[in-house]
Amino acid sequence: MAIGETIRNSQIWKSIFRHPMPLDRRNRIVVMLTNFFLHLHPVSIKKQGIALSFTWCMGGVTFFLFLVETVTGVLLMFYYRPTLEWAYNDILALRDVTSLGILRELHRWGAHAMVITTWLHMYRVFLTGSYKPPREFNWVIGVILLLLTLLLSFTGYLLPWDQLAIWAITVGSNMARATPILGYEGPGQQLLSIGGIDMITDGSDARFGLLGARFVGEETLNRFYVLHCIAIPLAVALLLAIHFWRVRKDGGISGPL
Amino acid sequence: MHSPELFLKDVSGFLGGYYAAIAIANAIAALILWQKKNQPGWALVWTVFAGVMMVLCGLALTGSPSLVPALPAAVRAAVNALSGPVIYTLGTTALLVILFVFRKFFVQPMVAWTILNVSLLAMGLSMADANFASIVMKPDNVPIVGLVFLLAFFTWVATKQAVVNDERIARGEPPMEKLDDEKVLVWPDLVYTELICMVAVSAFLLAWAILLQAPLEEPASSVKTPNPSKAPWYFLGLQEMLVYFDPWYAGVVLPSLVIFGLMAIPYLDYNKKGNGYYSIAERKFGYLTFQFGFLELWITLIILGTFLRGPNWNFFGPFEYWSPYKVEVLNNVDLPQMFWVNLLDRPLPRPPQGAGALTQVGYILLREAPGLLIMGAYLVLLPPLLAVTIFRGFFKKMGFIRYMVMMNLMLLMLTLPLKMILRWTVNLKYIISIPEFSLNF
Repeated sequence: MAIGETIRNSQIWKSIFRHPMPLDRRNRIVVMLTNFFLHLHPVSIKKQGIALSFTWCMGGVTFFLFLVETVTGVLLMFYYRPTLEWAYNDILALRDVTSLGILRELHRWGAHAMVITTWLHMYRVFLTGSYKPPREFNWVIGVILLLLTLLLSFTGYLLPWDQLAIWAITVGSNMARATPILGYEGPGQQLLSIGGIDMITDGSDARFGLLGARFVGEETLNRFYVLHCIAIPLAVALLLAIHFWRVRKDGGISGPL
Repeated sequence: MHSPELFLKDVSGFLGGYYAAIAIANAIAALILWQKKNQPGWALVWTVFAGVMMVLCGLALTGSPSLVPALPAAVRAAVNALSGPVIYTLGTTALLVILFVFRKFFVQPMVAWTILNVSLLAMGLSMADANFASIVMKPDNVPIVGLVFLLAFFTWVATKQAVVNDERIARGEPPMEKLDDEKVLVWPDLVYTELICMVAVSAFLLAWAILLQAPLEEPASSVKTPNPSKAPWYFLGLQEMLVYFDPWYAGVVLPSLVIFGLMAIPYLDYNKKGNGYYSIAERKFGYLTFQFGFLELWITLIILGTFLRGPNWNFFGPFEYWSPYKVEVLNNVDLPQMFWVNLLDRPLPRPPQGAGALTQVGYILLREAPGLLIMGAYLVLLPPLLAVTIFRGFFKKMGFIRYMVMMNLMLLMLTLPLKMILRWTVNLKYIISIPEFSLNF
């Protein structure tokens, strides 16, 4: 006990945690206000708002899975090279030889789980009518986050560069070819032509923009890698911050008035 | 693949553990019912059931074809013969309707527990079938099996509370959520819950990662097209819609409308009741619309696309071998063909040789007149017609813009089931078919 006491009285400890342990009521309130990570929460909350039967904890689990994906994803980035030469072999090595190759399993199953928990979270929010005023706009942000979650999973699907990956992305991105007006097989693509020259070709349509090429190839791998590791996570992080902030500003977790 | 004996040897360990897990769960349930809930009758039922499961566990572990519990071949053949997209869709719809109408009955814990046990048992018996197991146990399909059970569980959790709340509100009492109105400190009450959740999720994810290897197939090859070629599982509902619509609608317009429609929900739902607690009776229209879109049009189509669509996107029964040589007769007819050729017995209107662009467009419009009139009536005439009849109340409360947005979203959502029904009944391929502009609907 004495050692614990010494540590807690040391200058280093006190510089990090400015208040005593949260053992009494006063310090349990203070800890929520002075800790960066905890201050996302309110100090006190209605009992029904934290009942598992009410919240299912699915929003929290989704956020936690996002953190798991970030950590495992960064570690995988140290190993994996997004080129035609190495992508498949690096994943193969993760499976067969690399220690901690299980990071890939954690990352892939975590991604599937995150899609599912996002749906369950939205399902709960709908069933409790929590999108109703004053929380309308936070639901809209949530829908964008759903879309980004699906895109994160979709872009990551390509990276192992196996048959499963490229054909799933081929099937998925073939849809873009049929975008009205902007896809070269879409209805009305003939409308965009100047002086008889088609503006929308298989080298300039929506699908080309998505893939960076006429078919799923090296350019696509690079494009999806950047989207998956940098662009979409940054957007998600920003929207998550707004999402959480608005939960607080819109009156905290919902409940009967 | 390999012989049935080898398959059963492979799967017997899993099945043994599976039945043992069901037995343990039932033993725990029996203990709780006997000790805490004072329901010795039910406790006895689940103890006996747990015993039966232990017997099945032993039989499964033998791995011998004559002993491993499985559905009789005749039953499997009958299920395969019966199942098809029509039966599947109508069956799931009927099931959801029954669950909804008799929700007071189904939310009772013992009824729900019975259904869970029966479905787990059916799942176990089916897993002894090589064809069934090869699809369900595909690593990327495992999450969808989990999704089905999770959704069933959480739908039960929500409906149970909604039923209680609806009864309370009918009696003039506030919803249950109102009872726990007192405030508690977030430290420790919430942060500890969060910590436990994080530990539980981490443990679950680690166990999953250790037990199931992530899929890795042959290296990518742009010349070897797998059959079937499937999108990631969460997009398989959209891929299934391609059976009924062209990619521009099924793959671009409808998904965009889903996202837009979801965002529009809070601005269209003017019902102030049911905010912050589970309720069905207070918001029946919103509830049913959402559940129809989510459970019926999104989830069941994903299940169909994942488990029952094989090579060439043909339909396969749950115990059927995915043969790439299965041939399905396609005799779908476009509406102009039906109208001009089959009904009026004339050739399709065709512009004369060398006609100008405007004449050609005129002939296309004439040819597609029946489809254009039907769609025009559906999208332009129906909303105002409904506004003065059955949706008069909506129209008054929502105002013109909100009402029109809602009606158009609803009508566009309903194009999917309507097109399904037209396909099944009259083999309709396209209502409007203008290949000249890649515009088929």
